[in-house]
Amino acid sequence: MTPTLTLFLTISAALFSIGLLAALSRRHAIFILIGIEMMLAAANLNFVAFWRFSPQPQPPIGVMVAIFSIAIAAAEAAVGLALVIAIYRHYRTTNVDQLDQLQG
Amino acid sequence: MSTAAFIVIAILTLAPALAAASLPKLIHAALSFALAFVGIAAFFFLLGAEFVGLVQIFVYIGAVAVLIVFTILLTRRDAATPDKFNWGGVVIAIAVFGGLIWAIFLTPGLSIAPPQIEALTVKRIGEVLMTDYVWPLQCVGLVLTAALIGALILVMEEKP
Amino acid sequence: MSDSLDQIFVRGKQMLLSLLAGAPDWVIQLGSSLINIFALLGVFLTLFALMSVLERKILGRIQNRYGPNRVGPFGLFQPVADGIKMLIKEDIVPVRADKVVHFLAPIMIAATAILALGVIPYGRNMTPFAIDGGILFFFAVGSTTELAVFMAGWGSNNKFSMLGAMRAIAQMISYELPLIITTFPVVMVVGALSPDAIVAAQGGYVLGAVPHWFVTTPWGAAAFILFFISGLVESNRTPFDVPEGESEIVAGHMTEYSGFKYATFFMAEYFGMFAISGLAVTLFLGGWHAPIAGLQFIPSYVWFFAKLSALLFVYIWLRGTLPRTRVDQIMNFAWKFMLPMAFTCIVAAAVWHYQRRGLAAWLWSLAVIVVVYGALSRLIDTRKKFATRTYRFAE
Repeated sequence: MTPTLTLFLTISAALFSIGLLAALSRRHAIFILIGIEMMLAAANLNFVAFWRFSPQPQPPIGVMVAIFSIAIAAAEAAVGLALVIAIYRHYRTTNVDQLDQLQG
Repeated sequence: MSTAAFIVIAILTLAPALAAASLPKLIHAALSFALAFVGIAAFFFLLGAEFVGLVQIFVYIGAVAVLIVFTILLTRRDAATPDKFNWGGVVIAIAVFGGLIWAIFLTPGLSIAPPQIEALTVKRIGEVLMTDYVWPLQCVGLVLTAALIGALILVMEEKP
Repeated sequence: MSDSLDQIFVRGKQMLLSLLAGAPDWVIQLGSSLINIFALLGVFLTLFALMSVLERKILGRIQNRYGPNRVGPFGLFQPVADGIKMLIKEDIVPVRADKVVHFLAPIMIAATAILALGVIPYGRNMTPFAIDGGILFFFAVGSTTELAVFMAGWGSNNKFSMLGAMRAIAQMISYELPLIITTFPVVMVVGALSPDAIVAAQGGYVLGAVPHWFVTTPWGAAAFILFFISGLVESNRTPFDVPEGESEIVAGHMTEYSGFKYATFFMAEYFGMFAISGLAVTLFLGGWHAPIAGLQFIPSYVWFFAKLSALLFVYIWLRGTLPRTRVDQIMNFAWKFMLPMAFTCIVAAAVWHYQRRGLAAWLWSLAVIVVVYGALSRLIDTRKKFATRTYRFAE
């Protein structure tokens, strides 16, 4: 039994929901960022899996989108982590429950 | 594409991912996050996109994981205390997973075996990047420069 | 005759694999990989043992004394004595250290260094794992070393270790950029990321005497020097060994490791040196090609290891000669000098290529490099200005 496309999509769906779990159920800002990066990686896996199982278009679109997505994810992680550091400097906490000054 | 390799890599990816989502100490979670990305890179190798796998190891483990551990170091006061867990998130995550699986199994024509494709060489990716995808390449360069400058400005200490 | 001596290891491996003739496909692949791995480990562990004693002897000679010369002829069995000492030492783990992280850190550092050795061509047809994006694999694996260094510093639960780990990571990240960018001219000119293709592009001789190695071109020489310096920094060797500065922070991120784990760190540093030197030989010094056309009867792996040994000797020589640099000097050097020079090498390589690689091309690219070097070294002055002296006399 060779792995079919359904199996790859199931794995990436599982990874996406684990990332969602990390992003939703944690209170520390960095955990949430870890969850977001995992969701992005799951989406990349989806793109490459679809590219592999399709009759080959030229140019290889799935692989290209995955490469650009990795680059953008790195940029977004850098800016997100810089924000976390800036917030920590000001409020002395990284618990997102306590960042509620704009609320209400 | 062998089944044994697929199962091993799937376990290698999903177990650290679950650990990263649920471990109480932040450093352990960050390191299992790096391990999960090794597993995802192995998936990319299995799917025949070696360049993407190598870029994944390079960018995510060599850069993003190091950034995350540096940030954990610099925001140290909260790292020692374990984090509170919110069980509502688990329910939503399981619901989303269920929805995705339902969508996957409802779509006809997805249970196909991998077709024979020609190997994707780095030379081909380079050609495509420079001819069809040159605009996105320049835009990504611009985005990365903006992110670099923005991150530096955000963490620069203000001169008194 | 010379061809059979050259390919003796390839033929030996094929003979071993023919013992598994009837087995299914994956068994043969597994067997081939295992033979490669064991050969690689055997060669490089021997080289590590030899180098650890030779380094001490050469350092001793530079400092006008003998090195170790008691154990065995000329002290060459010293690694055996060292190995026995390291193995029987008590393994001390700090009580409040993070046990899993503390244990995994030396393993990860050694593993990434050994992985990087797998893509270097050691002779004709003798690359252990020939991947299409071999250079990218090398750098991807090398960049995971930083995470392992951080694990070592964090897992020890010790402020000095943490400080040493942060310094080490800052240094390694800063110099990773020049390291990678100086390989861009080579990749650009050859047009492939595979080390085999890069070595093949450096074959051939001009008039049978001067080889086509990239170090004989101006951009190649500049890129080689920059690559070598970045390699020195990446493997934390003097004069850039601030992370393990003995007089400053004890042993940096390796402070809390004793016995066999310390030996693993030591081994990982040496393997990192071998990997970077091996890549420098592949990219700039022509890999396994002979320097003169007449000497091609000597087997290819002999040439590779001769060049590797020459580079390792330069490493040891620099260690015995230069003092340690300060951390801020290291950072300034990386960002203000090496990064612009690395970009200049790319421009010089492009100039060389588009002028059809003749004598004019050589002179033009040399001009580009010399002008930028002159400008950078004059304009960037990072020497700290001393404060003006004030005198206070007792009144």
